[in-house]
This record gives sequence, structure tokens and C-alpha cells, in this order.
Amino acid sequence: MSRTYTIKDNSVENRLFLNRIIVAFVIILLLTSGLIVRLVYLQIVGHEHYSSLAKDNSIKIKPLVPTRGMIYDRHGKILAENMPSYSLELIPEQISDLDDTLRRLQKLLNISDEKIQQYQKQRKREKRFTSTPLLMNMNEEELAKFAVARPFFPGVDIQVHLARHYPYADLASHVVGYVGRINETELKSLPTAEYQGSSHIGKIGVESSYETQLHGKTGYAEIETNAQARAIRTVNAVEPTPGANLYLTLDIDLQKTAYDALDTYNGAVVAIDIKTGGVLVFASRPGFDPNPFVVGISNNAYQALQSSDDRPLYNRALRGLYPPGSTLKPFVGLAGLEYNVIDTQHRIFCPGFYQLPGVSHRYRDWKKWGHGSVNLNDAIMQSCDVYFYSLASSLGIDNIHDFLQQFGFGEKTGIDLVGEKAGLLPSRDWKRRQRNQSWYPGETLITGIGQGFTQVTPLQLARATATLANKGNIVTPFLVDKIVNTDTTTHGPEAHKGALPIKQENINSILVGMVNVIHGERGTAKPIGKGINYKIGGKTGTAQVFNIKQDAKYNENEIDFKLRDHALFIAFAPADDPKIAVAVIAENGSHGGSVAGPIAGKVIKQYLESENEN
Amino acid sequence: MRTETRREQFEPPSALGNLLRKLHIDVPLFITLFLAAIVSFVILYSAGSQNMGILMRQAARVGLAFGLMTLLAHVNPYQFKRYSAVLFALGILLLIAVLIMGQIGKGAQRWLDLGFFRFQPSEMIKITTPMMIAWYLAEHSLPPKWKQLCIAAVLIVIPTLLIAKQPDLGTALLVASSGAGVLFFAGLSWLFILAVIAILTSLTPVVWHLMHDYQRDRVLTFLNPEADPMGRGYHIIQSKIAIGSGGIYGKGWLGSTQSELDFLPESSTDFIFAVFAEEFGLFGCLGLLVLYLLIIGRCLYIASQAQDTYSRLLAGSLSFTFFVYVFVNIGMVIGILPVVGVPLPLISYGGTSIVTLLAGFGILMSIHTHKKLLPN
Repeated sequence: MSRTYTIKDNSVENRLFLNRIIVAFVIILLLTSGLIVRLVYLQIVGHEHYSSLAKDNSIKIKPLVPTRGMIYDRHGKILAENMPSYSLELIPEQISDLDDTLRRLQKLLNISDEKIQQYQKQRKREKRFTSTPLLMNMNEEELAKFAVARPFFPGVDIQVHLARHYPYADLASHVVGYVGRINETELKSLPTAEYQGSSHIGKIGVESSYETQLHGKTGYAEIETNAQARAIRTVNAVEPTPGANLYLTLDIDLQKTAYDALDTYNGAVVAIDIKTGGVLVFASRPGFDPNPFVVGISNNAYQALQSSDDRPLYNRALRGLYPPGSTLKPFVGLAGLEYNVIDTQHRIFCPGFYQLPGVSHRYRDWKKWGHGSVNLNDAIMQSCDVYFYSLASSLGIDNIHDFLQQFGFGEKTGIDLVGEKAGLLPSRDWKRRQRNQSWYPGETLITGIGQGFTQVTPLQLARATATLANKGNIVTPFLVDKIVNTDTTTHGPEAHKGALPIKQENINSILVGMVNVIHGERGTAKPIGKGINYKIGGKTGTAQVFNIKQDAKYNENEIDFKLRDHALFIAFAPADDPKIAVAVIAENGSHGGSVAGPIAGKVIKQYLESENEN
Repeated sequence: MRTETRREQFEPPSALGNLLRKLHIDVPLFITLFLAAIVSFVILYSAGSQNMGILMRQAARVGLAFGLMTLLAHVNPYQFKRYSAVLFALGILLLIAVLIMGQIGKGAQRWLDLGFFRFQPSEMIKITTPMMIAWYLAEHSLPPKWKQLCIAAVLIVIPTLLIAKQPDLGTALLVASSGAGVLFFAGLSWLFILAVIAILTSLTPVVWHLMHDYQRDRVLTFLNPEADPMGRGYHIIQSKIAIGSGGIYGKGWLGSTQSELDFLPESSTDFIFAVFAEEFGLFGCLGLLVLYLLIIGRCLYIASQAQDTYSRLLAGSLSFTFFVYVFVNIGMVIGILPVVGVPLPLISYGGTSIVTLLAGFGILMSIHTHKKLLPN
């Protein structure tokens, strides 16, 4: 209202402030009394109760570790199970002379110095009354020797644990994965209550991506102990809930066939059930034996796996990036039909090379003297490069990119495994972002035959093949079919459904071309069509590892094995009602038709035969 | 009274008294703080499993803190007032910097690495927030009007939210209460205080919604610790066992069994009061509370004697916040408040909290020892 009111009145402010100081002190006294009342309650009224609880750690809470769920294949064959394993454990608190005990144990059981050191390191991290393992996975001889000498080793005992075991060892190591000791980084991000007492956690594969379901829920027991920390009785217990059993879509017998068929080649085979998206085969060769990882793999063995040129730890099916080579041609051909750049009658003369107008560079066909006059069907069947150079040039990179993207190239498939790679589907945008360069017309040509920047994973290739064979209805791959708890059964990931906006007649033309690859007069994979009573559609592919000069000749006998081309093959069968889609990559296999093709042929044959039996 | 002060002035100064006056040290406050530091060493020696390393590090921190206190006591309070707004703005900027760095580093971050030591802007803001509010309100007549209240509220909410986002609920709470303390001493009307309490109570569900999962867990655990004895309830149950088993006289120094056997986690830091209560019993606890009350009493006395509005408000708020510190920590350890990460002031090991606390006491000493002779 008027400014006079805002002039400070010191005496009023003074009084007000002193008032508040007094009130504050009264509040403080009241609240402090509250604290005192509570302290009196705890320390006088509750003293006896809490004293008995505290009486030399009389009540201990012990976690009850749940049994980890099993993993089965689609026919109920065990892929991961729990086996009893015996370990020698020491409780330092109960041993009067630890060094002497360790010396005697070392002599008795022939334990290596490395293990003794490892034990000493682990012991220092644990409390004195916890039981710490010295020797894991004891064999029968060790068990017997210790059983006899046991009275001389107070504080040392044999403990039985359930240890994870993988009966198929290296066959499915990448997809099933393995469990290993929880490390310090994992410890920080884990829910501490749930993992009290759990020593292992899924590291890769299904073991890792379904960790929560497989682990189960930890229970606990309140245990009364005496002064020596020996358990007297259990006061109260909440039982643990065991982990769920997983049933995979994987067919381990089929996986074995694929793995064995790769033989000496490094590579990957992925097979997908077209109707459901369930992954039937997910093989990456070479594999590795996951069992040593469970007990703790030795440093040397791990180094050997890591530094091997064959990279056994590398999941090629999920993370391997390869140029698709000619296996991309059916998809590019379909793009041509869809964008009305060509029709099925459109013909091109192939003289064995292709030239862009006004450029002297010759883009060569794999067949030096050319295929002559070819239409789309011939071009797929014979894998004519010139036809697809010309088609790619007419389509342009933008159309190629947009069309191929629909089949999931350049994107993760979303399979229920961690660590999947997205691959690379090049575009003008991508090149500008990544390399700060514009797109050159020549790059469109080589993209059209699956070379150049494009990179795909075997899983992506199998998925795209399945979607194509499924008449453009999207197939999403997954591994876990059923999650079985004690009282409930749930299904794995919900498969993404949907149809691509592509004309059925166009898809059919492409599929016919792919059938001709195997059953046509001049198909590039004719051998695998022999002796079967159904038809297979497929496409061979060769991916360059190494660029040869413009006029040099590629002679596989002259170059180092590791620089030879990768052999690729995609297939689906039976052609009239496709059930299975397969993608095969044999590294340095040189020939898609003669090396990769038969591998796919074996997988398809076995699958369809076993399907007929059922 | 007046004759007394006069006699004090004309008394021949002793050598020590002269030195302390020159240093601008307030003797009663200094003695009680020193006692608290001794208590801290005694109980840390026990709670830290008789580890001399812990003790040495704490001694270094306490030394630094007492040094900073002396330094600040030396500064004329006029200077604090003058730079209040600048320091506050600087603190806010540093808080934002920490948040951004935390986002980049993908994780909770509370400190800036200055190479030779880690600096927590949230510690600095504990002091600069009440300075800012006191400076702002002292410019106007008291009690504060609506407009000033609104601005003050905004000034409190900004740092509080920035710290809560780190996330550090305990410190956010202390910053908010230090700002609210200034408003209280500025003579905020009782009606308004009651209204705010009512509104805050009705906002509980909203706050619940905004809380981090682990913060909700803490509240739920506090309400029923027995529901989860393996996980989140473990702290409170073990802490109550330790305190209760201490009884009236305690188990004696170094006699704590619960921290010795590692049943009591964080026994050197936030839960040190449980070890203290177990070893020194109810009598020890009462003694410690009396020591705290003496410190707070002296601080409030200093506030009451302060000569200008800014000094009063700041002194009052710093004293009150110190009590909030004590109350929240002990309250959580004895299980009447939820577990928020607040250390027991002057006693707990580690953190930069002791440095901030003694900086606050330095400001109080400065206010008390730089009095002008007023005309009346």
C-alpha cells in the first residue's frame, strides 16, 4: 500500500527472531527426547531380546540357492544340466595352523602350487568363518584318499555342489552358452539379495539372455549356531524357487549334422522353421567346450582359445559379418520386379563384362566368356553378374537400400540372444555420415551382386530367405519355445508378424528362379537336387575376401587358403510348401555350389525326413 | 550485562586469550567441537577394526576441516554477505556440471575431479543455499512477504532438485532444510508453516512416484524391515540388534561384537552410531546427545547475539541444519526414520561432510567475533 510499511523495524524483527530461536530450541529438545525415548526402548526394554539375537552371531541367515533350470532341445534332449560335483573346502577359523594343513593337503592330493596360491587369494577376500574351496570337481581317487585321511584335517571338508554340465560340449556352445563365476563388475549390477550364495551366472548364449528365468528365486534359512559357528537348528526357512526349464526350438541332432557337415571349414549354419520362426540350427564352427568355464578355465587354456586363428569363441552365426555375394541376387531381382524396372521377359546380353556409359572400367562376370542372352530366371539360375550390374544400375542405390531393408538387412533380427550384430546395408546417407564421401555409380553395381560395403550375418541371411520363402510374410527368429516353471508354462518371445507389401506373382517368379538353381538345366547347385523326392529352392554365393587386380586372374590354387573366397548358400524346402530355410557360410570354401550347397542339402534332407516320420 | 562486557574489555588479556581473539575463535564452540572430534577417533578406532590407516586419514580430514574453520572465522561476515549470491550461483553451475558429466559417464556422479582431490559441489551448496536465502531476505523487511517467499522457495528448490537427481536424497534433504531454516527464523507465519506441512503430506503419493526404485525400497524397508532380512532390511535389523544389545552401560570400548563380526555393514560411516550405542550403552548415547545439544545451544546463542539480519538468519539456519543432520542420522540408525545416506555429523568416517560442517561453524565464529560497537 505505502512504502512506509516496508521500512525495517528493528525492534519488531529482533523480538520476532529471538522468539523463533526459543521455539527452535524447544523443537530441538522435543525431537531429542523422541530419540531418547526410542533409545530407552531399544536398550532397556528390548535389551534382553536383542542381546539374545546378538549372542555371538547366534542367528545366521543363510541363503538357500535355487537349482538352475535345465535347457532342452525341441525333442527334450538335455543341452544343459546340473551334475553333483565334489569340492574340498576349508574353514580358516576352525584350522589352527593353516599353512601346515595346506602343506599336508598338497602332499596328500598332489595339488599344484597355482591352486594353493589361488586359494590364498580367494581366502583373503572372504570372512574367516566362510567355507572356501581349495579343490573343485574332485575325482573318485581324490575323494577316497581324503575320506581316509579326514580325521587328521579338522576344518576341512568335502562339499557337494550342483555344477552345470553341457553334454554336447562344443556342438552348441555358442547358442546354449555357459555359466561362469560371477565377476566383480557383474556383482555390482546384480540384485545382492537374489544372488547371495549364488556363485555362477550365465555369461553368453541362452544361459545369459534367460539368466533371470534360469536362476530362480533365492530362499533363506535362519540358522541358530553355537560358539564354533556350527549350525544347531534351523529356526525359520523360506524355500528357494527353482529356476525355470527352457525348451529351445533347436534340434540338436540337426545341429550335429550341420556342424559335422562343415567339416574342416570354419563357418556357420543357421536353419529356421519358416512357419514359426523357431531356430532349428544355430551352428558356429569351430565351437569350444564350455565345461571348463564352469569350474574356472585355466589361464593357459583360455589364452589358447583366445589367440587361436580359428577364433572358436566367436559366434559366427550371430556376429560374423560376411559380404552376401550372389545370395543377395534374388532379393535385388525382386526389387527390379517390384519397382517395374524389369519384367520376367526382360533380356540382357552378357558378354562377360559390364561397362558404365563413358567409363572404361570393366565390371567382370564370374564367367569370363559371358552367359549370352539371359532373362531374370536365367540370371538367378546361372548367377549372371552382368544382368544384376545392369539391373542395379537401373534401380539405383536408394531403391536397392530401401527394398533390402524390408527383409531385415542392416538391422538386428531381434533373436533372444545378446550380442547380435546388425550388419551393414549401405546407402548414400551412410556413406556420407561414415566416410564423408558421396556415392559412386560403380558402388551401386557391386552392391547389386552382394559385394562392396554390404555385410550380413548368417542369421540375417537365413531370416531373409525364410521371409522370402514365406511369400513375404515376415519371419522373426527365436530360440526359446517354452519356459516351464513348477506350476506355469509360458512361451518364448512373441514373434513379430506382418506381411511385406510385395506382389505375390513377383515373389513366385523369384522363387521359381531359385528352384532352377538346383533343379534347372544350368543351375549352379545341381548336385544337391539328386536323389530327393521334393524340390529345393536356393542360391549360391561367393564372397570375396581379397580383391584381385583388374586384369589378373583369380586362381584358387595359387593363393593362400585364408584368402580364398567364402562359400555361401541359402535355401528353402520343400519348394511347394516351404518349411525350412537355411543359410550356410563356409569360410574360404571358394564355391557356394559345391561346398556350401551340400551342407544345406544334408540339413534339409534330415529335417524333412524326421518331419515325415513324426 | 553491560558492566560485564565492559569488564571483559578491560581485563588484562592472557596470552592464550589474546591469541584466540586474534584468531577469531569462539572458545566454547571450539572446545565442544574438539571433544566431538575426540569421540570420533575413539569410536572409529573400534568400528574400523582398529585400523590405524583409517584413523590417520580421518585425522588428516579433521585437521583440514579445523584449518578451514579458523580461516573462515577470520573473514568478516560482511564479506560472506557480499559474495552470497556469487557463491550460490557458482555452486549451482558446478551442480549442473556434475550432472552433465554424470550423464556422459553413464552413472551417478556427485563429485568433480580436480586432480588433487575430489570436490562435491553438493557439499558447498549446503552452506551457500542458506547464505543466499539469508542475503535475499535481509534486503527486505521481515517477516517475508508473499513475493519474497515465492522467490526464496524457488531458490531452495533448484539446488534441492539438482542434488536429488544425482541421486543423493540425504544431501537434498539437508539443503532443503537449511533453506527452510532461514525462512523459519525470518519469521514465516505459523499459519503458512502448517499449510505447507499439510500440502507436503498430501503430496506424498506424487513424491513416491518420482522416487528412484532404490529410494522406494529404502522407505518400504524402513516400514517393514523384517520382510526382507537378506537384502534391504539387513541394515536396520542388524543396527537395532547392535544398539539393543548394548543395554544401559554398553559392552565397553572395543567390545562391539556386531561390527567385529561384520554383521553390521557400513559400521564406520553412516551406521557408526550403532557401534557407539553398542559399546557405550544408553549412558554413552545420552552423553553424545548432550554434547550435540551443547554445540547447538552455543550456535543458537551466537545467532541470538548476532547484530544484523543476514548474520542472524544464517547463524540460525546453520545451527538448525546441524541438528537436522544429527536427528536424521540417529533416527535412521535406531529405526524411526527411513535410511537416507546421511552420516553422523563430526563422528562418521570419510566424506567431505566434516569439512563442510566445520566451515559452517567457522562462519558462526566469524559472526560472533566480528562485532561492531553499535550506537545503542
